[in-house]
Amino acid sequence: MAKKTPKHPLDDLIRKDRIPHIWCPGCGIGTIFSSCLTAIKESGIDLKKFVMISGIGCSGRAAGYVNLDSFHTTHGRAIPFATGVKLANPELNVIVFSGDGDLFAIGGNHFIHAARRNVDITVICVNNFNYGMTGGQVAATTPNMAKTTTTPFGNPETPFNLPLMAYAAGATYVARWTMLHSRDLTESISEAILKNGFSFIEALSPCPINYGRRNKLKPLDQLKLYQEKTIIKNDAKPTELDINFEKGVVLGKFVDIERPTYGDSYNKICRPDKLE
Amino acid sequence: MKFWRVPLDADDIQVSKGIVYILEDRCKGCGYCIEFCPRHVLEFSSKINAKGYHLPAVIKAEECLSCHYCEIICPEFAIYSIEIPCESTENTKGIEIITKTQKTESTK
Repeated sequence: MAKKTPKHPLDDLIRKDRIPHIWCPGCGIGTIFSSCLTAIKESGIDLKKFVMISGIGCSGRAAGYVNLDSFHTTHGRAIPFATGVKLANPELNVIVFSGDGDLFAIGGNHFIHAARRNVDITVICVNNFNYGMTGGQVAATTPNMAKTTTTPFGNPETPFNLPLMAYAAGATYVARWTMLHSRDLTESISEAILKNGFSFIEALSPCPINYGRRNKLKPLDQLKLYQEKTIIKNDAKPTELDINFEKGVVLGKFVDIERPTYGDSYNKICRPDKLE
Repeated sequence: MKFWRVPLDADDIQVSKGIVYILEDRCKGCGYCIEFCPRHVLEFSSKINAKGYHLPAVIKAEECLSCHYCEIICPEFAIYSIEIPCESTENTKGIEIITKTQKTESTK
């Protein structure tokens, strides 16, 4: 008779009937997702006060796997939905879990305007450097000279510097980690959940099937790169944060400031009678 | 654990121990837990699961310190470690105290 084995510590936060998930072997989204769930669990806040919203793409599937109130929105519109949820019920902790293509290519405008307004939401961006779900096309975050389906000779474009963009648009919390630095990532997500204001966390993740295969990077090689070619430097200048693995990628917490949130200033100006 | 010099508080310090559990149906054989285990507890086995992925196997179970890194890095929610209460035959102070408190708890 087999002994009763204890269950996985995160089993109560995932929809077990949908596991194993669709993410490829070696994909980092699962790790970032589990960091996010650990942070939610450790925050000690009532789980009914969490909403997870995601857009379209590989990481967009996360909303379907989490055993919380969640919403899988249309392409690029995760942040507008999150803004609506937060304004309708300010008690909720809203987490947007989505990919770089969804948040910064089709949804780029929504991101900068939510950061400008300082809506009190947490945005976790899984950056895998390409459009993984549709077959590995070049994205707004693909590094210069990287090979993808649509740039077989190397990408001639310069990628976005996401933390700089978030900082310039007015985000109150900006951090960047990789899936290998999962303890720091978890800690950062916990801080971002408690932060009153727009928080943005970029998490680098390997994409072994579509990005890694075309750039001769096995999943373990990609993790070695994250281990050897990254520098942890908190409060680094946002202009130095471009992703170049030859030079070294800077990780850490870059911005942590206070600014009145959109909800607060909206109540102050448009609903002064409700404030007491 | 081997030390080149025995620390002064070696008797008081107790090293945690863990048991690694692997949920075979969920594993996709990426090998991250095997590569990044700081104590090299795991290794690829020749055993395959229903989907045809090679599973990790525990080869040095006594080395596990229950640091939970395999659990944290696994993208599939397929591996986790549980800390086991220290029940060593070594007669050190720390362990005595722990076993005593456990006994008092169990008698309650």
